[in-house]
Amino acid sequence: MNDSATLTTQTPILEMRGFAVASMKNPNVSVARDVNWTVNASEFWVVGAPQHSGKSDFLMTAGGILSPADGEFTFLGETMPIFEESRMTHRLKLGFVFDGGQLLGSLTIAENIALPLRYHSKMTSAEIEARVNELLEVTELVAWANSTPLNVARSWQQRAGLARALALSPEVLLLDSPLTGLDVRHTTWWLSFLGELAKGHRIAAGKPLTLVVTADDLRPWRRRANRVGCLSGGKFLVLGDWSAVESSREPVVQELLRD
Amino acid sequence: MQETETTTLSAPTPRAGLSRFYTDLIGRRVFTFLLALHGVGAFALITFGVLLRKFSIARSVVRPLVAREISRAGVKLLPMFLFASLAMGFLIIGQAAPWVSRVGGENTFLGDIMVIVVVRELGPLLTAFLVLARVGTANVVELGTARAMGEVESLEALGIDPVHYFVVPRVIGMAVGIFSLTVYLILGTLGSGYLWAFIQDVPLQPGDYFNQLAGALTYLDFILLTLKTCAFGCIIAIVTCYHGLAQPLQLDQISRATVRAVGQSVIACVLIDAMFIIIYLTL
Repeated sequence: MNDSATLTTQTPILEMRGFAVASMKNPNVSVARDVNWTVNASEFWVVGAPQHSGKSDFLMTAGGILSPADGEFTFLGETMPIFEESRMTHRLKLGFVFDGGQLLGSLTIAENIALPLRYHSKMTSAEIEARVNELLEVTELVAWANSTPLNVARSWQQRAGLARALALSPEVLLLDSPLTGLDVRHTTWWLSFLGELAKGHRIAAGKPLTLVVTADDLRPWRRRANRVGCLSGGKFLVLGDWSAVESSREPVVQELLRD
Repeated sequence: MQETETTTLSAPTPRAGLSRFYTDLIGRRVFTFLLALHGVGAFALITFGVLLRKFSIARSVVRPLVAREISRAGVKLLPMFLFASLAMGFLIIGQAAPWVSRVGGENTFLGDIMVIVVVRELGPLLTAFLVLARVGTANVVELGTARAMGEVESLEALGIDPVHYFVVPRVIGMAVGIFSLTVYLILGTLGSGYLWAFIQDVPLQPGDYFNQLAGALTYLDFILLTLKTCAFGCIIAIVTCYHGLAQPLQLDQISRATVRAVGQSVIACVLIDAMFIIIYLTL
């Protein structure tokens, strides 16, 4: 490991201590308790969990969209969640991609991608258009630019969600089940593109992004993600690298790796 | 023993049971009303707070949304209001003219009647109800669907306040829309009223009619009309947005939320109207 890599990997991005997550639909139901987890810069985490175990709630809380039920949680040293306008610049260093994209139905794909730029940045219309075109191009969405989400297949909506999250050049990207319901072609594209983002893609000015993805199947992420966690039965297990995952005796880990 | 229990169970008299039933019912209704008032009141405070704090933020995003809402709650409803104004003029003059003629007051009272009925009461209230029916209900369905589809969380993830994006443009658009439509409805009704009077051979010259209207109107009418219509617009927008947005909805709950929003908006508008009557009478 070289010096610069040591420096980047030792910079904590997300830090959770005694962190607890409640279900969004029913706040009385606990998804995870006593989570102690640190995500360092340039790491690529995959958080595995069976379906309906609260992955989305966990990630939305980690992304500061929901308030934690308990515990301490910081993002780049700032206490989360951030709702105040004064700390919004800090908050926007974190991008979030929802399962299925969750685009605004009244806007076109291009308008959805442009929305965070138009709302937060001081860029001119021409600069915004150029940035949106660049994002449409790298996510292969040019043909769908002027379509509304309802007229676009779910797999393309998911990509539009990714393009929208990348619009403001975040340093950290959280992705909720990005491979759910995708065919082989889209799955291959996602794995390849996220790998490039983790190493440094031109869309992020060549800077490596810190990635956290959730998945109900860990197999596609072998050799791609470099850190693994598991969520099961209200507990969050920090497994570490793939050798630790392969040797784990946890039933949930074995289930998520089963062919 | 069993017989005793049966006797005990059937012991309460029908009178006591009925009384208990009604007190429970009234109690439940009062609590539901207070909870709704609390929820809508808090949502209104949040909305006005966001409106003031973020007035100059992201204008390039919010301004087109406001324009769209003004078009939806104003411009696009003009044909319907043209019809409504013709109908109102016909109804009021059709009913009032024969009675006023009996006492020989067609040269004196028709203008006053039009001002009292149309400008002070029916104009603003009818406009509010029509806009509620056409746009308010659509608000609940649109926002309820947006909430159910996760658009609120989506905006929060982008650092965009959902109240700023969804509610503020609707409040401004509906306040401006209802005010403008009320003015059009009043002008149309006053004009169509004279037309119907003319068709009914009421001996009233246009100049006399105009003088009667001008004589009956005071500066207070203009001020209270502006305040009242803007208040109706804000109330309808806030109540309908509250029911669409404030709590997570499943798609099958949207119709019930719409019914609740319409009921509460009507009650709120009537109460506001009553408040303005009191203000008018005391000033």
